[in-house]
Amino acid sequence: MRLVLRGITKRFGSVVANDSISLTVEPGEIHCLLGENGAGKSTLMNVLYGLYKADEGEIELDGEVQHFTGPGDAMAAGIGMVHQHFMLIPVFTVAENVMLGNETIGFAGTLDLAEASKRVTEISERFGFHVNPDAVVEDLPVGVQQRVEIIKALSRDAELLVFDEPTAVLTPQETDELMDIMRQLKEAGKAIVFITHKLREVREVADRITVIRLGKVVGEADPKASNAELASMMVGRPVELVVHKDAATLGDDALVVKDLRVVDVAGHTQVDGLSFTIRAGEVLAVAGVQGNGQTELTEAILGLQDDVSGSINLDGVELVGRSTRKILDAGVGFIPEDRQVDGLVPGFTIAENLMLNRSFKSPFVRNGSLRIGALREFAQKKLTEYDVRARDIDSLAANLSGGNQQKVVVARELSRDLRLLVAAQPTRGVDVGSIEFIHKQIVATRDRGIPVLVVSTELDEVVALADRIMVLYRGKVVGIVAADTPRETLGLMMTGERPKDLKDVVA
Amino acid sequence: MNDTPKPQPEKPDAPVTDDEATRGATTTETTTEAPEPDPHDARAERSRSVLREIASGDVLAGVLAVFLAVFVGSVMIAATDDAVRETAGYITARPSDFFTAVWEAISGAYSAMFRGAVYNYNLTEPAQQWRPLTETFKFAGPLILGGLGVGLAFRAGLFNIGGRGQMLIAGGAAGWVGFNFDLPLVIHLPLAILVGMVAGALWGGIAGVLKARTGAHEVIVTIMLNYVAYYLLFWSLTKDWLLKTPGSVNPKSPPMKDSATLPKVLGDQFNLHLGFVIALVAVAVAWWLLNRSTLGYRIRAVGENPHAARASGIDVGRIYVVVMMIAGSLLGLAGINQVLGTVSSGVSLDLDAAIGFDAITVALLGRSRPLGILAAGLLFGAFKAGGFTMQTSENISVDLVLVVQSLIVLFLAAPPLVRAIFRLPAQEAK
Amino acid sequence: MSIATDLPTPESGGLAPDGAVTHGRGSGARKLPIVLGVLTLLLAGILLRSEPSGDTTFQLSTVTDFVTLPDIVVPSGPTAWLMVVICLGLTAEAVRRMLTRAGQPIWIPISFAIVWMIGFLSWAAAGDRIRVVSLLGGAVALAIPLVFGALGGVLGERAGVVNIAIEGQLLLGAFAAAVTASTTGSPWAGVAAAAVAGALVALILGLFAITYFVDQVIVGVVLNVLVVGLTNFLFRQVLTPNAESLNSPERLRAVPIPVLGDIPLIGPIFFRQTPLVYLLYVVVAVVAFALYRTRWGLRVRAVGEHPKAADTVGIKVNRTRYRTILLAGAIAGLGGAYFSLVSVAGFNREMTGGAGYIALAAVIFGKWDPIRATLAALLFGFATNLQGVLSAIGSPVPSQFMLMLPYLVTIFAVAGLVGRSRPPAADGVPYRQQ
Repeated sequence: MRLVLRGITKRFGSVVANDSISLTVEPGEIHCLLGENGAGKSTLMNVLYGLYKADEGEIELDGEVQHFTGPGDAMAAGIGMVHQHFMLIPVFTVAENVMLGNETIGFAGTLDLAEASKRVTEISERFGFHVNPDAVVEDLPVGVQQRVEIIKALSRDAELLVFDEPTAVLTPQETDELMDIMRQLKEAGKAIVFITHKLREVREVADRITVIRLGKVVGEADPKASNAELASMMVGRPVELVVHKDAATLGDDALVVKDLRVVDVAGHTQVDGLSFTIRAGEVLAVAGVQGNGQTELTEAILGLQDDVSGSINLDGVELVGRSTRKILDAGVGFIPEDRQVDGLVPGFTIAENLMLNRSFKSPFVRNGSLRIGALREFAQKKLTEYDVRARDIDSLAANLSGGNQQKVVVARELSRDLRLLVAAQPTRGVDVGSIEFIHKQIVATRDRGIPVLVVSTELDEVVALADRIMVLYRGKVVGIVAADTPRETLGLMMTGERPKDLKDVVA
Repeated sequence: MNDTPKPQPEKPDAPVTDDEATRGATTTETTTEAPEPDPHDARAERSRSVLREIASGDVLAGVLAVFLAVFVGSVMIAATDDAVRETAGYITARPSDFFTAVWEAISGAYSAMFRGAVYNYNLTEPAQQWRPLTETFKFAGPLILGGLGVGLAFRAGLFNIGGRGQMLIAGGAAGWVGFNFDLPLVIHLPLAILVGMVAGALWGGIAGVLKARTGAHEVIVTIMLNYVAYYLLFWSLTKDWLLKTPGSVNPKSPPMKDSATLPKVLGDQFNLHLGFVIALVAVAVAWWLLNRSTLGYRIRAVGENPHAARASGIDVGRIYVVVMMIAGSLLGLAGINQVLGTVSSGVSLDLDAAIGFDAITVALLGRSRPLGILAAGLLFGAFKAGGFTMQTSENISVDLVLVVQSLIVLFLAAPPLVRAIFRLPAQEAK
Repeated sequence: MSIATDLPTPESGGLAPDGAVTHGRGSGARKLPIVLGVLTLLLAGILLRSEPSGDTTFQLSTVTDFVTLPDIVVPSGPTAWLMVVICLGLTAEAVRRMLTRAGQPIWIPISFAIVWMIGFLSWAAAGDRIRVVSLLGGAVALAIPLVFGALGGVLGERAGVVNIAIEGQLLLGAFAAAVTASTTGSPWAGVAAAAVAGALVALILGLFAITYFVDQVIVGVVLNVLVVGLTNFLFRQVLTPNAESLNSPERLRAVPIPVLGDIPLIGPIFFRQTPLVYLLYVVVAVVAFALYRTRWGLRVRAVGEHPKAADTVGIKVNRTRYRTILLAGAIAGLGGAYFSLVSVAGFNREMTGGAGYIALAAVIFGKWDPIRATLAALLFGFATNLQGVLSAIGSPVPSQFMLMLPYLVTIFAVAGLVGRSRPPAADGVPYRQQ
């Protein structure tokens, strides 16, 4: 199926998310849509899928102009979408999920589950997916869940498949498998739109690349173009892909973690006997696919997990068993992996957010009341210092962009007297300018002699910031290796395999 | 892009569901509008935005919501009025009769309400003319106290539907002190109030503790505790050694001793008692607590985003317990206000007089802000005072007030609906 | 944009336990033995404090029965103690299963409940007789509004709409039933009117909660107040002056079903009821089947769990929610007819007396499942009826404590003391489409 988008414009209030975007996707082609976070890629695809209504422009499939009123229409027209956040119902089985909205029914509307199972098995076998139709989705690994999404689209005879940031949650191996699947689908004559901001993947599978920036198409790129070329096109200026930092000046052992074990609410052991040390003035970066215990590790350090055993020792102070408040008082700074959930109070002003973890004593508190003057002065200073783009310190955090929100969190954490910085996904969902800024701040913190623990699922970020890299798999350390370890080795380690000749490095 | 499995306090008015779009939105906005460092400008900007808000319709929608609710109330009055129904029978023959009847029914009702709530122009003596206003204050007292109890919990993200139970328990406890002891007024009254408040705090605290310890949803727990409290008080009122008047068959306690009764503040000719003054003090305290104290800051942080509060070292569970205890003691004060003030003839099962639920509407109308609650409490107090006059003089059931009250809250919660009804242009998404 | 911008009022966001403070407290498997143990000790404690003497008679048949079962006469004390021993045995089994990490099958709590109740009744009715048929049959009758209300609640919440307004639906249903049955002379027209009234309340709930995104708990609570005000107002202004023509409906009478009604024990309990009860059986069966086995049910559950996912496969989320809550409202409204057409003939002020909240409790205690919620509602009906029976024979338990029971049980349930319940994931969360 041939897709033509012509002059698609989508506005949210006064903001233009898509500005007259035109695009053609041919059958049997993988067409990459490349752009940074917030460039408007997802908006465009939601327009294509009938979730948003375009203000201007038209969608044409095989020469016919379409008027979608909802995803149902888009699906009927042969468009299938593999969403970034899977659109699967966790408590339903695979078969139920696949049939939902497209059910085969028997007498009096009863479901024909056998038919649905048959269909799942059929598609699963054709593409070698190995999916059990009777499994409950929430019990499946993410990679398999993604295949369920693909089956869902194929079971509706989709001819155009849209993959929206599909690799964010996958291991490098799973990513490779997905690439194979995409090629296979291409061979079968499907048209494929692949949305991503990861340059490596683009260059691997794309037949054509369209780059989007600030809601506009800035041009087509050659799949053979270099990373630097693609990146500068994506961002609109030359981008430094490496973080400049001097060699670390190491101090004494500062954070010593021994045999740490974390069991979550459901009773699963998420961190399983972790031991490592970070020295003063060192960045230890944790690599691993999302969900291998990183979240629980950082939360355990902060006292946010309940079932923790083992030892976390910071400058001779035991943190396990202490309340979060005491741990913060001990000088732990925390950039949480999801600022919207754990980092900010969206309904508070910037100023109020800046005192969030200092609501118990000075400088902003005296005798149980707030020192509003002191807070405002402080906030004003930080706003300039951290280049937070906002109208004023009374702007609500909810109204800031992702990058500026993150800067508020970083400003708050770094303006305390720190003895350890824990930064989880410090640049997730943040524009390139803010990424550079935040990376510089993290390096500066290290250079002030503060131990830093960085957790990131982006291997690029891990490599850029780390003095040493710790790879986690299923809550266990696969290895702690030097920052210049080859990517292939790291990728392999992220699947739990430890190369035989690998040596752990001790800082 | 930041869909997380954790429940995220989502702003109901965020115009965009896709946060990529939001992000795009704000980046553009902030790049076009440079930050203004001058604080004076910022302040001017804020006051401009207040003006804009009034002009653009949120306030207008609020006024229209009240208007709409009163209109529905008027229709109910007219539709159930005998004269109106009679004249409706020959409306085609003499429509003027019908409209006169409608006008008389409605204007009669509202002027009776005015006479009952604000100023009775049918009387001559000035003190008596203004007596209705003191009645309004009297009814407003417990509504304000209860509204504060509900509103404070709202600010911590808790929905306290347990006002009735907290009032019953506190009222029962205060009443027990009130009739059981012989003490001088300066000791007896404060003691009765204190015991009542503590009882209310403990009862409210149950929901807080259960939420903090087990995650049990406070809506369910407080609803259920209302009934538990009711039967507990019922049982106490059947036991001589607790609350029952010995020798009586009714579930009612003996009357309060004079030394435990809230004194009248404007002399004996008015019913207004100290409870209203207590309510005013409570408004001031609640205002300071929420806006100026660190505890209030933490309460608001927990209410807006408990996850971030927790990650910032705030003990969310403890805040839940503390807030529910404060809320319980405030609703307790509302119950005490009834037992020791408005109906000091003895503790009974209906001592709450439905204030526990009225308090929810007061808190919602007052937007959970102490001063808003004060205003809302006064308005609904006036409705109550006027409603009783309307019932006695025009024979229109006071329950009409309940209908109007709940309609106001419903309409206020949905300005787009009000706008649609009045065919105002929908407000543009900000 | 909306009022909520500067409105620091809550988004209750459904009734799910709050993730910010919910800590792992072990699973239900560990709690069951504790609960059973405490209950066993409680029964033993009661017996120790006042050892019953004499015999307790369990009367199994009514005089009109086709086959008359003999009365069972047991010595009160020894029987009660025997039941304590059996309870201990069941507790021990639960402990054993906990230690060996075997699951706790449903038969343990059920048989425990029956045995415990026999022991309790032996004590409470020592020297007297328990009419088993009227105890259980009465429980079924009393549970009618609770089951209808709970089913309405389950359906709505399965579609993602929290329904606190069950109370309002019952009350308006009762009002409409009384007025319609009086004016038409047909109680069946009244039953139909009750359903319409319940759906009407649901429509308002939907308008605010689905179309205008107002917090569902708030709408529910305020709607209850609104219905109380409205029915009280109309009762005083209209019904009372015209009681003869507007508020004297014909009562629904019990209609025994041939054959089924003659089965010993079962027959008189379940099949000599009013037609409303038979309608109830049908509704329970249909809802339970449809929710899990039909396309309609699959879609309802989908919009309650993950509305966006449902939207992306072309299901109209809000339309589905509207349809579901209208149906749910109609079902809940049917329960209202019980009050003014079965329990008594005619409407009275606030005559539902909080039954809607017990129904809500049954929804939660029944873990959002139609069958379990029905059983929970029956249990609560039983508790209410037991209170009546016991106070009639002058039992030593204060009736207020018996009446408290459903509410206490629900508090224990939501606190996870009797097994954690998991509401539909999107329960209470409005769905916004761009």
